[in-house]
Amino acid sequence: MKRYIRNVLMCAGLLGVVASAAMIHGTQIARAAAEKNAAASITIDNFSFTPKEITVAAGTTITWVNHDDVPHTVVSPDKKFRSKALDTDDQFSFTFTQPGTYAYFCSVHPMMTGKIIVN
Amino acid sequence: MGNIIKENLNPDGIDRRGFLKCMAWAGTGALCVMQGGVMKSFAFGADGKIDKAAMKGDFAFAQISDSHIGFNKAANPDVTATLREAVSKLNALPQSPEFVLHTGDLTQLSKAEEFDTLDQSLKSVRTGGVFYVPGEHDVLNDNGVQYRERYGKDTKGDGWYSFDHKGVHFVGLVNVMNLKAGGLGSLGTDQLEWLEDDVRHLKHSTPIVIFAHIPLWTIYPEWGWGTDDSQQALSYLKKFGSVSVLNGHIHQVMQKVEGNVTFHTAMSTAFPQPAPGQAASPGPMKVPDEKLRSVLGVTNINFIRGKHTLAVVDSPLAGG
Repeated sequence: MKRYIRNVLMCAGLLGVVASAAMIHGTQIARAAAEKNAAASITIDNFSFTPKEITVAAGTTITWVNHDDVPHTVVSPDKKFRSKALDTDDQFSFTFTQPGTYAYFCSVHPMMTGKIIVN
Repeated sequence: MGNIIKENLNPDGIDRRGFLKCMAWAGTGALCVMQGGVMKSFAFGADGKIDKAAMKGDFAFAQISDSHIGFNKAANPDVTATLREAVSKLNALPQSPEFVLHTGDLTQLSKAEEFDTLDQSLKSVRTGGVFYVPGEHDVLNDNGVQYRERYGKDTKGDGWYSFDHKGVHFVGLVNVMNLKAGGLGSLGTDQLEWLEDDVRHLKHSTPIVIFAHIPLWTIYPEWGWGTDDSQQALSYLKKFGSVSVLNGHIHQVMQKVEGNVTFHTAMSTAFPQPAPGQAASPGPMKVPDEKLRSVLGVTNINFIRGKHTLAVVDSPLAGG
């Protein structure tokens, strides 16, 4: 009987250790996923979006920063997002929760275009 | 001060054969005039004098453009000061302009205080009135609501309109709204339909002046210097013997003649921009401080009845 109890206890202990390890590992996976969904940035320089095309994971927040001496906007022709006019050093952020391809442009200088691919 | 020619010297109407061939203006000191079917050019001398006979016309008006009130970066930290100098320049012309056309980008950021400062600055122009068309900087964030509240009385749609002055038909067009990704300036079908109707019943001999912010001919599409549907607009004007198109947006003087249409863009009163392809982008261009006022300026325009085209003179704030 003692041996049985000891075996059970050992199994429980082992299970506990495995469970804890799994929990810790699970937490690490979640943290890694959170980091993957973190942030990306696009700069606006010389009437261009850089990078012009970017691929990110769903849940990423992208921040545009305008470094030009003139205002620009970030506008989705499909009406998914639209910034107001960004003067020098102004920023606009948007979180892309849904996978897909998002083309956008500057409504003030429409020859400026960019694309975001969300996995 | 020259005499103003008031009577029509050509009883048989506008000379259709003459073309304005002066295409290489450097933004200052040249005047091309059609006299009796022959093109003559007159340069401003070093003493700033010009044969005043060449300046005679039925009336004079002026064009200013791209004042960008609110801009304060390196290319010009005080655009209000240079606008005021442009006003002084207009007031110093030998013949007061009967009115002034502002071809857009009044402000930098469509802010109320910027519009206010512009209005204040233009109050001291000695002229009969100022007519405006918006630039893309004037319709930020609100699709032009504020612009039209201030300057859009009696205009249609996004702010287009026409008026007649001493037999010349002026049309103000708006090509900075509803721009499409990857595109250039745009007039849109509503405005095009209005334009076709607006000029339909005019006599072919009526001189036409079109003014709009973005150039109505394709100068440099990589930088957005052109209008997607301008050909459509120009097709309604084919029957007219004399069409002049006055634009801004590019902050430098450019000219083109295409058949009966003369195109002309104006200097900015705020800051210059690079020539096409000469820089990474069309943004404000910093020049040495002592050079700034030679690349900013106003445009004086004489309408000479009986002549095929307008006499256009670009005057920099300094050195011209």
